[in-house]
Amino acid sequence: MILVQVIVGGLLLGAIYALFSSGLTLIWGMMNFINFAHGEFVMLGMYAAFVMVLWFHAGPLAFIPFAAFALVLVGLLVYFGMIRSVMRGPMLAQILSTFGLALLLRYLAFWIFSANFVSLPPTALRGTIRISGILIDVPQLVGGVTAAALTIAMHLFLTRTRAGSQLLAVAEDRAAAMLMGIRPDRMQALAWAVAAGSAGIAGALIAITYPFSPSIGEVFGLTAFVVVTFGGFGSVPGALIAGLLIGLIQALSAFYLGPVYKDIAVYALFVAVLWVRPQGLMGKA
Amino acid sequence: MRGASLAGLGWLALALGAIVYPLVLPGAFYVDVGTTLLLAAATAAAWNIIGGYAGQVSVGHAMFFGAGAYLPLLVYKLWEWPPIAGLPFGIVVSLVLAVLVGMPTFRLQGHYFSMATIAVAELIRLLVATAEPLGAAIGLQGPAVGRGIWDLTFRSGLPYYYLFLALLAIVLATSWWLQRSRLGFYLRALRASERAARSLGVPVRRCKLLALMLSAAFTSAAGSLYAVKTGFVDPESGLGILVSVQMIIVAALGGAGTLFGPVLGAFILTPLQTVTNTYFGGEGSGLTYILYGGAILLIARFEPGGVLDLVHRLRGVFANRIPASEQSRHAA
Repeated sequence: MILVQVIVGGLLLGAIYALFSSGLTLIWGMMNFINFAHGEFVMLGMYAAFVMVLWFHAGPLAFIPFAAFALVLVGLLVYFGMIRSVMRGPMLAQILSTFGLALLLRYLAFWIFSANFVSLPPTALRGTIRISGILIDVPQLVGGVTAAALTIAMHLFLTRTRAGSQLLAVAEDRAAAMLMGIRPDRMQALAWAVAAGSAGIAGALIAITYPFSPSIGEVFGLTAFVVVTFGGFGSVPGALIAGLLIGLIQALSAFYLGPVYKDIAVYALFVAVLWVRPQGLMGKA
Repeated sequence: MRGASLAGLGWLALALGAIVYPLVLPGAFYVDVGTTLLLAAATAAAWNIIGGYAGQVSVGHAMFFGAGAYLPLLVYKLWEWPPIAGLPFGIVVSLVLAVLVGMPTFRLQGHYFSMATIAVAELIRLLVATAEPLGAAIGLQGPAVGRGIWDLTFRSGLPYYYLFLALLAIVLATSWWLQRSRLGFYLRALRASERAARSLGVPVRRCKLLALMLSAAFTSAAGSLYAVKTGFVDPESGLGILVSVQMIIVAALGGAGTLFGPVLGAFILTPLQTVTNTYFGGEGSGLTYILYGGAILLIARFEPGGVLDLVHRLRGVFANRIPASEQSRHAA
């Protein structure tokens, strides 16, 4: 019974991994660009929620949209202020720019919020429910289900709406999209806004359940790399499945080997995948 | 030709200056700053071989530095060998790591290599921090008192200064040789366009792997000398992400992919670091890292060629101005 509980917990956290990893894979697939600060975006989402609760005693229905809104702004700022010009530069500049941004955000957060772990005070979401003998944390359940729903919504947005199709068209062939009257610049800005916003929501959802500190962004950033590598280049459904899988593997390795090994297992798996199937489980070569 | 001999003279003057520096300023503080600068320049120059010349941005070079730092203290702990005897073992471990990371990722686009380096470096840091034989989170220590000259425990900082100077000289000499060797031309070709280089018959994967192994070996040697000097290493000081960051920022600040860039970067960053550590209260405050992050971001955004590129451009502007002014004189 306890094993089933561990599996459910892992899947619920994995759904949140899927949500923020979808943002990373979207930008990667579209611009062939890796955002090394993506984990820090998730961390900022957590602190955005934290500040809202601390100052305004906001409930989840207020601080989750606020985290999304704040991170959309951050994403647009980063895109227009930095990424757009760095994309024209050498590869070195592309990697260093978001790597520098990651350090800056992480240690700014250290400076402002200190290195201590904090957790959100209990919100309206609390307690546990029992479903056929399994105890599930309500905040965890709400977080996981919301994240899974939003990841699916992102996929539907990309495949079923006009803006989404334009975005995918730019990802497919920039020049051809331009000939069809689509402005790549706008679509890329939209991708950064969606990616950062989803990272912000994911951060707020994790913050409801788990304690956090500024250095947690690094862990989430690496987790997102693993999920994206597993799920394949630019694939949101791939990220969903890989995210659930990574959450599950983490929960099981923490359960069987001890909590210290949950990150070790994931990174080791990442190295193994790079050797065996670098294009991902569902990706194209 | 004149430019080449002028550069040679510059290097000669720099080498002479480096040799006499601790004799002119013998205070322990100055020698310490000098040693820090040499270490920063040597590791950045080692990183530069793969990150600069080959354009494959490693953000996990701490794994090589850490392997180099841990092995000397490990052979001392296990068999009471003099720590410096661990240097070749560190290099062997680093070469194995280089192959482990490079073999699968060099088939793919550059991003994969960057992601793999950071993931493997983190994996190793986490593993070492839980491994009891490696001192876990506490780390390893060298001999407190030297049992003989071979333990290389000197009271004065001077011998270490010259050890690091010798290392820097070797790394720079290798880089200089690399620049004019066939491998060096291949590396620059594949940095500019991998597809074009491959179509011209450059063995792209093998070149990248060779460059990474060369870079890893030197980084490891620097780590070993660091461990011999400080007689102590823990997961953070040997394998922490800041170790990798330091190499990247020094090389990128000076000018990645150039011979002089890493040296120039160390000349700019080390004094700055000393000042910020003195006035902002050490490394713990995190302000140093905020400045690092901001600096990396600004370099990438505005001056991806580093300070050296900026200097060259300014000199170009200056050189163009002379004929322009002569032209106006003729006109008048």
